Amino acid sequence: MEKINLTIDGIDISVAKGSTILQAAKEAKVDIPTLCFLQGVHEPGSCRICVVEVEGWRGLQPACITKAEEGIAVKTSSKLVRETRRDILELILANHNRECLSCKRNQRCELQKLAEDFGIDSNYYEKKGTCVELDQSGPVVRDTSKCVLCGRCVSVCSNIQKVNAIELANRGPDTSVTTPYEQSLSLRSCINCGQCIKVCPVGALQERDDTEKVWNALEDPELHVVVQTAPAVRVALGEEFGLPVGTNVKGKMVTALRRLGFNKIFDTTFSADLTIMEEGTELLHRINNGGKLPLITSCSPGWVKFCEHNYPDFLDNLSSCKSPQQMFGAVAKSYYPQKAGLDAKKVFVVSVMPCTAKKFEADREELKINGLRDVDAVITTRELAKMIKQAGINFNQQSDSHYDELLGTSTGAGVIFANTGGVMEAALRTVADILTGEDLQTIEYHEVRGLEGIKEATVNVNGMKLNVAIAHGTGNASKLLDTIREGKAGYHFIEVMGCPGGCINGGGQPILMDKSKTQEVNQLRAASIYSLDRTAVKRKSHDNPEIKKIYAEFLDKPGSSKAHQLLHTHYIARN
Amino acid sequence: MENTKILSSRFGKIKPDYVEEFVAAGGYEGLKKAITMKPEEIIQEIKNAYLFGRGGAAYPTGVKWEQAYAIPLEKGPKYMICNADEGEPGTFKDRHIMAEDPLMLIEGMTIGAFIFGAKEGYIYCRGEYSGIQKILRSAIKNATEAGFLGENILGTGLNFNIKVVSGAGAYVCGENTALVESIEGKTGRPRRKPPYIKNAGLNMLPTVLNNVETYACIPWIVKEGGEKFLSLGTEFSGGTKLMCLSGNVVQRGVYEVPFGTTLRDLIYDLGGGIADGKKLKFVHLGGSSGACFPEELLDTKICYNDLRKNGLSLGSGAVLVVDDSHCVVDYLKTVMEFFEDESCGKCTPCREGNRRMVEILEKLTSGRGAKEDLERLQSLARTMRNTSFCGLGQSAPVPVTTLLKHFADEFEAHVQGRCPSGKCSMSGVRR
Repeated sequence: MEKINLTIDGIDISVAKGSTILQAAKEAKVDIPTLCFLQGVHEPGSCRICVVEVEGWRGLQPACITKAEEGIAVKTSSKLVRETRRDILELILANHNRECLSCKRNQRCELQKLAEDFGIDSNYYEKKGTCVELDQSGPVVRDTSKCVLCGRCVSVCSNIQKVNAIELANRGPDTSVTTPYEQSLSLRSCINCGQCIKVCPVGALQERDDTEKVWNALEDPELHVVVQTAPAVRVALGEEFGLPVGTNVKGKMVTALRRLGFNKIFDTTFSADLTIMEEGTELLHRINNGGKLPLITSCSPGWVKFCEHNYPDFLDNLSSCKSPQQMFGAVAKSYYPQKAGLDAKKVFVVSVMPCTAKKFEADREELKINGLRDVDAVITTRELAKMIKQAGINFNQQSDSHYDELLGTSTGAGVIFANTGGVMEAALRTVADILTGEDLQTIEYHEVRGLEGIKEATVNVNGMKLNVAIAHGTGNASKLLDTIREGKAGYHFIEVMGCPGGCINGGGQPILMDKSKTQEVNQLRAASIYSLDRTAVKRKSHDNPEIKKIYAEFLDKPGSSKAHQLLHTHYIARN
Repeated sequence: MENTKILSSRFGKIKPDYVEEFVAAGGYEGLKKAITMKPEEIIQEIKNAYLFGRGGAAYPTGVKWEQAYAIPLEKGPKYMICNADEGEPGTFKDRHIMAEDPLMLIEGMTIGAFIFGAKEGYIYCRGEYSGIQKILRSAIKNATEAGFLGENILGTGLNFNIKVVSGAGAYVCGENTALVESIEGKTGRPRRKPPYIKNAGLNMLPTVLNNVETYACIPWIVKEGGEKFLSLGTEFSGGTKLMCLSGNVVQRGVYEVPFGTTLRDLIYDLGGGIADGKKLKFVHLGGSSGACFPEELLDTKICYNDLRKNGLSLGSGAVLVVDDSHCVVDYLKTVMEFFEDESCGKCTPCREGNRRMVEILEKLTSGRGAKEDLERLQSLARTMRNTSFCGLGQSAPVPVTTLLKHFADEFEAHVQGRCPSGKCSMSGVRR
């Protein structure tokens, strides 16, 4: 690799040709502050916080996008640079709604940190920002009074997710991030994936707060409140309490939920196993009966809405199975009250999800049985952490405890639903056993794992060659579906997760202060999930004793009419 | 001075979109000569002419074209673009070329297309010039029918077509990369550079982009030779310049003057001096982002070097004359309100800096200003100049710093709660 030599604050450094000044500084152990920059996602060079002096060059240079050149001398903290950055920071802060105490990003805000680092202690300017809009129409809440116009959300929405729900509009002081025709997000093609929330440096994008709904239910003596926790939550919740990334806090989380007052603590991994039973059966049925192929998973509500908006011609390819969250709700309001001797109307189902789109999914009109919603309230990993803190539960010192029985037993297959490729792998484990009639021992399908945007594999099961593909992030899904539309690919089964990396990187997961570490964090969370699978007693969905029990006692068999009534749904083409 | 009209010689004398009348008045002789020359020879003539870009940046056109020509053929320039956005306040020269002699511009672009082998040209024309756009389109149609555009131009095998694209009122689209974005159908916001337009312009392909007046000079230079063009002007500024005289002056309008003419000659001899017996207070030169300066500098010659020596820039050629009935702070506020509105909003220093400058100037003009506000204007100006993404934000503070320099007393008076010219309300003065 060709190297170039330069000095950063007098430090001699040799870096790869093509490196930016920001990258070169990092190698010289010099931190240059940034705000709009998010490598690989958003590199507009527009906020100008990262400006540096290069000797002999006119003006100051944005370190994030300026390439280092041979022999240059860079000053990153001269008087001019410090004063200029301060000026720019004051300009940004002048528009910013500074109600930090009531902001969800308090202490996790990149702007707040910059203001602290630079010691901005007064507000010279008088006028407030002019673009003030609070959109609380859907699960993703936008508060433009806090927006710093970095544009990260726009890049994620347009370039990574290919959703195009928001754009930078207008000019001068009217510049704003807004939707087409300035309508509320919920009226547009927003899929509620929440990836915009994850990249927002400040509190301009947040999830709708549903904790009050949950507190009220817990306080209501008439209600029997049950909670389900998605697999991805257990490997991320600990971050909110300062534990190392990827720490599995399943046991502590169950204890904390019990302390919060939930009547029963159940596990979405149970209904993930249920999904595999239904979806695996659906796949084999479609293959054997000339049904619509490829079958495409429908667990991810962000992906489902994306498909409804952008690929309505694929709606018949979507599995008719409800997602694990909704399957759980459906049985929690039918099978569970029947077994527990409860009135289904009194059962209140709360979900803890790594996801903001699950809030939208739970509100879907078609996901009701006998007038009862499958799921009554959805909170994110972040919201659960907040509830635990509000209740004064010292999370890290809680002992471990177990999920309640009946809907609380999981297998490794249900747990790996959190990772991209996980649903596919879980399905393959079950389908392979069904086709061979054996209890196969080789159950790890490494070809479907990993963070490659689109993965393909051909799996040979008992002479049947299954062509499968996995896409994560709706931008990748879009690419994959385009190849199918063009007739270039012949798959049997496709897994799509709406968020890059899968649920472990969902829009409801903890916010990283240093967002450049996203990939690293995703890998650690994913590894933790696979380790839970490796150490699980049962690793195949059909081996789950509670799954066997529910079919024996209630559902009859996968794909039965009762299963269809409770566990399957349909989709709506949207403009 | 009347002998040196090379740009306005046909103004008002021909039907602007008629090829026959244009040819009869000497039109297309440049192109006809160009096709007998080698591209390198034409470029050399332009270099000899010391023609500098007339849009405002004053980049030497010959050098620009030489660099573009040096790009290997397979990556070679694919587009000729004319910046006819003419959004700079006080600038109204390009409209005269386009309205009265558009074929001169088209001829200049066609010579460029011949040099670079470009097949497509675009004239990005200010949205408000809808009538002029019609004339341009008609001229293009007629030139095509006469064989000066379209297929196999003058039997050379050159195929070149020009489209007129209308701007939509954004000042920033006069910035080259924002202009190109706008032609592509995107929001007009500048791109980061590098890559430069010459390497990656329209549709990220090599592009040559010049101002209307620059292109309009090319046929004459080719026809008469670069040295003759240079001899019209000063040692290092060739040719003539269309100057736009406006403000408190008796005869406002566009004047074609040779380089070397003084500003005083322009304002007093050609423009008839200040109206209503008032005195000149300052001149705002080159457009809104140009310098403001008082009487003392009026003997400066219109010449890139002389102006630069005095810290001035010719810009687009706008000369806005302001008489002594005006208040500099009030005037400056109006100018900065323009930049506040016209900032594209992409980078912090320009988007926020301009609006905060307006806020400070509102304080000063209403009598609520303080000493620290003047310091803040200076520091903001420095930050904007040093860190703005494009030329808009980098140059917007020029009127601020120049007025602060030349009229410090008047700003100081406002801090004291007094507007010497009585223009400002000073309603917020605490007495």
